[in-house]
Order: sequence, then structure tokens, then C-alpha cells
Amino acid sequence: MDLSRRNFFGVMAGTGTLLAGRTQNAHAWKSKAPENPFGCLVDLTRCVGCRKCEEACNQANHLPPPDKSFENKSVFEFKRRPDESKYTVVNRYYSGTKNDQDALLPTFVKIQCMHCQDPSCVSACVVGALTKKENGAVHYDVSKCIGCRYCMVACPFEIPAYEYHNPITPHVRKCNFCFEKISQSGGVPACASICPMEAITFGHRKQLIDIARNRMKKDPGKYVHDIYGEKEVGGTSWMYISGEPFEKVGFQKLPLTPPPKLTETIQHSLFSYLWSPILLYSLLGGIMWFKNKNDRGGTHES
Amino acid sequence: MNHNPYPLKKPFFTPGVYVMLVFMITGGVTVLARFIGGIGYVSNLTHLYPWGLWIGIDVASGVALAAGGFTTAALAHILGRHHYEPVVRPALLTAALGYTFVVLGLLVDIGRSWAIWKPMLYWNPNSVLFEVAMCVMVYLNVLYIEFIPIVTEQFKSKFSILAVLEDHLGKIMWIFVIAGVVLSCMHQSSLGSLMLIAPTKVHPLWYTPILPLLFLLSAISVGYPMVIFETTLITTSMKLDSEMDCLSPLSKITIYLLGVYMILKLGDMLVRGTYVYLLDFSAQSNSFLCEMLIGVITPWIMLCFENVRKSRKTLFFVSCLIIFGVLINRINVFIVGFKPHYSTTPYFPSIGEMLVTCGLIATLMFIYRLAVTWLPVLRAKAKKGGSS
Repeated sequence: MDLSRRNFFGVMAGTGTLLAGRTQNAHAWKSKAPENPFGCLVDLTRCVGCRKCEEACNQANHLPPPDKSFENKSVFEFKRRPDESKYTVVNRYYSGTKNDQDALLPTFVKIQCMHCQDPSCVSACVVGALTKKENGAVHYDVSKCIGCRYCMVACPFEIPAYEYHNPITPHVRKCNFCFEKISQSGGVPACASICPMEAITFGHRKQLIDIARNRMKKDPGKYVHDIYGEKEVGGTSWMYISGEPFEKVGFQKLPLTPPPKLTETIQHSLFSYLWSPILLYSLLGGIMWFKNKNDRGGTHES
Repeated sequence: MNHNPYPLKKPFFTPGVYVMLVFMITGGVTVLARFIGGIGYVSNLTHLYPWGLWIGIDVASGVALAAGGFTTAALAHILGRHHYEPVVRPALLTAALGYTFVVLGLLVDIGRSWAIWKPMLYWNPNSVLFEVAMCVMVYLNVLYIEFIPIVTEQFKSKFSILAVLEDHLGKIMWIFVIAGVVLSCMHQSSLGSLMLIAPTKVHPLWYTPILPLLFLLSAISVGYPMVIFETTLITTSMKLDSEMDCLSPLSKITIYLLGVYMILKLGDMLVRGTYVYLLDFSAQSNSFLCEMLIGVITPWIMLCFENVRKSRKTLFFVSCLIIFGVLINRINVFIVGFKPHYSTTPYFPSIGEMLVTCGLIATLMFIYRLAVTWLPVLRAKAKKGGSS
């Protein structure tokens, strides 16, 4: 354990240069959201629960055939979640609203990856296998994935699913916003193009927000005055308007700040240019050198 | 007590060792099943609960409980308290083994084990896990390097090249000792940042922006109790002197370390007003109370009494409580306190997950025993007949 004076000053000099080279401002966190990506607006007042979107998604992504056919309405008896064999599902909710004959009115809610503007999964992914594309899609590159499943821990919408029964080469599975299709001009996601009720409107995010506001303005009694996904977790590419309060039809109340803001701020203010480890290293080096110098006054130490 | 570490060379196979072997074999069979049928075949992990026992215990708790390695190295080598040299080597051995098993646990848990090297190639500096992965990887190598002198010392009389290696390594060892402490501080705290990405899922009793600081402080304060725990265990099991002249002072330092952690933890609860959840009688609030009362406050109060610190038995008991406190804290943050909004049934580890974890721990203990038997790790003398 020999820390000589020369070694120590060498370390200190190196540290000094590195610290001096570090710019003073610990950068404030900035959103990396694309300016005006594609998105989808889902109008829950229009959806009739035909499940055509589920079928189109299944075919477009070459997913395994379902246990019950896409015409089967008994699936609505239970709340389903997207998984490795279905990237989108429609659930039925009864929020308590009744029609003239006193029968409960259903609300159908399609769920899939929301393609967040500042996605937690993208920030979390250890290898950057998940990326937010300029066109809005949160894209998964299996060639980088190590299968740590931190994206699943991070996702506020609890969407990514995992192939738990594949022992060697499992994938993370989720809606990919039909990335290949929407990358070509005029391309529309499979679910949006098939919808017979035009409940899913595909377009640019800012225009979709305008469309949503217009529909609310035209028919104020029909909608709750909120666009789910406009501001939630910093905004999402998929957004919803509804006639029923969102909490009653399966949407959770989410913070408006993007979750990566906190973790990335902590990480970058502590570790940008590795300033704190280098500082700690020099500090400990200094203490060690000082203590060793004092000890060397004759005592024989290990 | 001042003589050098030496291999114990005691009979290796005892009934305890056979118990370990049974756990190792069942664990090994389960690991085999995981690589044939997939993670889903042996575990209760789901899309909503992607992390379970393996991450909560094998990885998060494993890293925390291996903190003895860097805390003793800092004390004896950096702060120059050479009085504590006797515990540095056993703590180093625990850390080296502990981190090896963190990586082995990860190999079982991650879906594409063969791709574990990929973070070295594909960097995502925004990811907390990326930083943890890099630190753990480098630190594991640092630990192995720090361990080299123990091996060379044993075999240098047979192979003269080892003596040369030992000599050269000794001159630059300070680089690795300091690096070990710095890397530990980095990833111990970052393990706490991991869950901050999921504000809607982690229970407010644990979700706090100072979670990284709490993780670092709890790791530092569990370092010495862990050394006390394992030294007492191995000296009892191997019938050696108890090394109390080294352990008692360590427990005195722990009063301050654990005290700071306790104040911050309680202060954080008061500032964020999360005490409103304390009497929920939910699994979360009970587990939190358990963690704080049994694992932090009780041992801290006990440690303040000198006769607790002087007695081998009570000191061992207090160390167990502190270790329990940190263990349950990691389990709380990663498992109990993790509540996805859409989950209908809470996660509970499967038998398969438990068998793998028990198997890993048994293998770790097995190798530890192997190492102290054949390598110069411990320096406590064999106990003179009868005295305790």
C-alpha cells in the first residue's frame, strides 16, 4: 500500500485539469420530445367495441392467433392487458351512465403503448434498445436488448410485455406504432386504418389536439373537457377524449412531469464528466497520502 | 492476535457443508429448468411485476450486504487505522464473492444472459441501470485485483513469478483501493435511484428523491455489522478466537453511521408527511414499521450501551438486526413497495425463485469456507481448549 508523493501529485494534477475542463453549469434537464410527431387521437364516444383494431394489429405484426376469435364479445367480461401475443386490447367499462331505457351504457377503451413524448422506458433502457423516433414511435431494437426488463419497471402505463417462456432469446413486446408503415409517406397504423367508426384519428400531434378541442367545442355536452395524454407524463403521442371521466374508464391519474426528469437530473448533476467520482478519488487519495506519510515515522506496517 | 493471516487447513466436510451442498444442487437444477423452460417456467414474474426476488435479494441486497468490503478498506487503508487490518481480508473475500454472485444472479434473471456484455458496447448515459452495470462490472474486477495478494501469498513459495507480481501489484494497490471505495459510493447510491423512474408504482413510504442518499448511507452503516456477523459466524464455526478487540470498536463507529441514516430516514418521513400511511395496516405500512422499528431504531438504541458492544452474543444479535433492517429495506423498495396500478394479485416469489436464491447463497458460503480453509484470509488463532 505505497502511495508516493509523486503518484499523488500526478493524480491531483490530472484531477485539476479534468475539473477545470468541466463547464460550470450542471445542465438543467431538457425535454428530448420531437417537435410535432405523429400521434393518434382515440375518441371513446365513437368506439363500439368491434375489436377490428385488435385483429388488424394481430395481422400486421404477425402475432399468434387468439384463443377466442376477434368476433367473440365474451372477452369483455374481464379486463384484459396487452401482452406478448396482443399489442392492443379493447376493454369494456360501465361508468354508470344510462340510456332512456335505464340500461347501463358501455364505454369501450382501446389500450396500447402510448408512445410518450419523453418515455420512461427509453430513459431507463440500459443499452438504448428503446428509442423515441422523430415520427413519434417508441422503437425497440432487439439486437441491443439484454432482457433486464427495466423498461417494464419504468413504464407508467405498464405496457411492455415479456416473452417469459422463451429461455434464450426473449423479446420485449409492445405496440410499435406500425413504425415501418408510418415511416413511409401516407402510411397509417393498422388499427387506425381499419377502424369502421373512425374512432382512431392518425395525424400530427398538434393538429390532433386542435381536432380534439374542436370536437369538444362543437358538442360540449358530449365530452369531459380534458385530453388524456396531452399533458400526462409530459405528453404522449396517443391521446384520448371521452364522454366519461377518465378515472371511471380505466385511466390512472398520472403526474404531469415526465418521470425521466428526476432520474436524469440526479444522474447528470452527479456524474456529468464524472466530476464527483474524480473529486472523491482525489480527496481519498489526499487523505491516504497524508496518513501514510504520518505513519512512515518508523513503525513497520503491512 | 498480531500474527499474519493463515489458511485454516481444518477438516472441510461438516454436516453444515452437506446442507449447503443440498441447496446448491436443488438451486442448480432450478437454474437448469430456467434455461430450458424460460424465466416464466420457474418464476412468478409477470408483465406487471418484471422484477422479483432475484433482483430484490440476489442483486440489490447482495450489493448492499457486500458493503463491508469497501467500508473496511476505507477504514484500514485510507484512514490508516491499521488496528482493523484483521477484518479487511475476510470482508474483501465476502465482497468479492458477493459481487460475483450478484452477477451470477443477474445471469439467471436477465432474459438474454448471453448478451450481458452489451452495455459495454451500447451506452445509455441517461439510464441509472447503465451506470450501476458499469460500476458493478469495474468494481468486480477491482475486487479480484485486490484479492490477488491473498492468492500470491499462499503460492509464491512454489512459483517465484508470483512474488514478483505481488511486489509490483503492492506498489500500485492504492489505485485500486481508492477506486473500490469511489465505485462503491457511486453504484450503492445509484441502486436507490433505480426506482425513482417509477413514481406511480413505488409506495410513498419509500419513494423519495433522497432514496439514493438513503441507499448509500444504509450500505455504509451495514458494512461493519456485516463484518461482525460473518466474523462471529466463521470464528464460531471454525472454533477460533472471537476477534472482539477489533469488532467492538467497529460497532462504536456504527452508532454514528446508523444514527445519521436513522435521522435522515425519519426526517424524510416527517418532511414528506408520509407518516399518515404508518397505521394503514397494509402490507406496505407493516413492512415499513418492521424495517424501521426492528431493523434501525432498536439496534441503534442497543448499540448505545457499552455492555451490548462488549458482549459477543449481544453484538452478534444487534448486527443481525441491522442486517435484517437493510435487507428488508431493499426488499421493501424493490418488491413490497412496488405496486403497479393495474395489478390484481400481488407478486409473491415462487418456490423456483427461492430455490435459485438459496442455492446461490449456499454456493457463496461454500466457496467462502473453501477460501478460508486453503487461503490466508483469517488471522484469528485457534481457540485454546474450553475457553469461550
